[in-house]
Amino acid sequence: MGLASGSPTVDQGLKSELEKEGVVLTTLEQLYNWGRRSSIWPLQFGLACCAIEMIATACARYDIARFGAELFRPSPRQADLMIVAGTVTKKMTPQVVRLYNQMAEPKYVITMGACSIAGGPFKEGYNVLQGIDRFIPVDVHIPGCPPRPEALLDGLMKLQKKIDGQSIESAEWYQQGQKREFPIPAFGPKGLEPPYNPEVWKPREYEQKKQTEAEARKIHGTIHDPKQSAVSQ
Amino acid sequence: MIQLEEVKAELEKSLGVQTELSGSGLLVPKSRLLDVFKFLKENAKYQMDYISNLCAVDYLKQSQIEIVYHLYSMRNKTGPIGIKVRTDRQDCIVPSATPLFRGAEFQEREAFDLYGVKFEGHTDLRRILMWDGFEGFPMRKDYVHEDEDRYVEHP
Ligand code: SF4
Repeated sequence: MGLASGSPTVDQGLKSELEKEGVVLTTLEQLYNWGRRSSIWPLQFGLACCAIEMIATACARYDIARFGAELFRPSPRQADLMIVAGTVTKKMTPQVVRLYNQMAEPKYVITMGACSIAGGPFKEGYNVLQGIDRFIPVDVHIPGCPPRPEALLDGLMKLQKKIDGQSIESAEWYQQGQKREFPIPAFGPKGLEPPYNPEVWKPREYEQKKQTEAEARKIHGTIHDPKQSAVSQ
Repeated sequence: MIQLEEVKAELEKSLGVQTELSGSGLLVPKSRLLDVFKFLKENAKYQMDYISNLCAVDYLKQSQIEIVYHLYSMRNKTGPIGIKVRTDRQDCIVPSATPLFRGAEFQEREAFDLYGVKFEGHTDLRRILMWDGFEGFPMRKDYVHEDEDRYVEHP
């Protein structure tokens, strides 16, 4: 049996024929991912009003337990998923990044609500971080103010889809020597220092500059790039 | 219901303080603020023993900062009396009400933190909401916050 889902040795038609007879064929990877996506345990914390909707999602009416994500863990060591539910103030940011660092791999992040995506109604404020994706990588963004419980469930299903598509062979956290640790920002005289982590987030201005450089390279072909020449040596 | 006109006349008679009606409060000269508080607190008729609110207002054009106090009487179950005081924006010093009303302590720290009002006589005037090492007073109207000088796309 092939380990990776990309190399099936059994014909799909045969597989579904067998399934009709009650024989289920699967790959190790599919089984593994099925297990992982059916027990995503979120970290139990809420930062503002969005957390109320998250609580509603966990209650009987919306019943997040249908997706195996009902166990809100009080410790980051036991959690797979961080739902950033609410306004991330600059004062709270170091703690959120620290919690994320303390979670065990593989770990995922859902940003819930306009606030944690981009600052929301407090975007122009002196005290609110304009999106947690400035400091930690985010898997699913759920817009809304607040998003309804259905939206959170939809986000969770999107995340499950993402997990289904991951392969054990190439997943980041199984690579040797791979350690994902994100720097915790410090308090500066005007705000957080640094204001964002350039590894996970770049301002648009920078993106534009990069793009024009790439285009120039395409046209002229020989713009000196110290990074590339260092790699080829 | 307490009539402000009455309070104004009373203050003028007993303390000789010239006050001014301003909105739903009395604008008191800064130098006599504590006398007015003391009078309102100790006078048998008013007994204003509770400060429910203290906040600052930034008047950028007039280059002034106004502090608004709301006093209640727990004993008489009356109030509020609004007291206002104005101070210069640059040299922003106001006598502290904390020795008279303990409840003013944190609210004065907040006004100091966000508006930079220095309360003379406050024993522990530190920032309360922003972290130590933060520069400037973010609720002042001319405060430039960090993202304003960086590229932010507006639709
Ligand atoms: S997005 Fe809206 S509901 Fe959610 S935390 Fe922000 S203000 Fe509250």
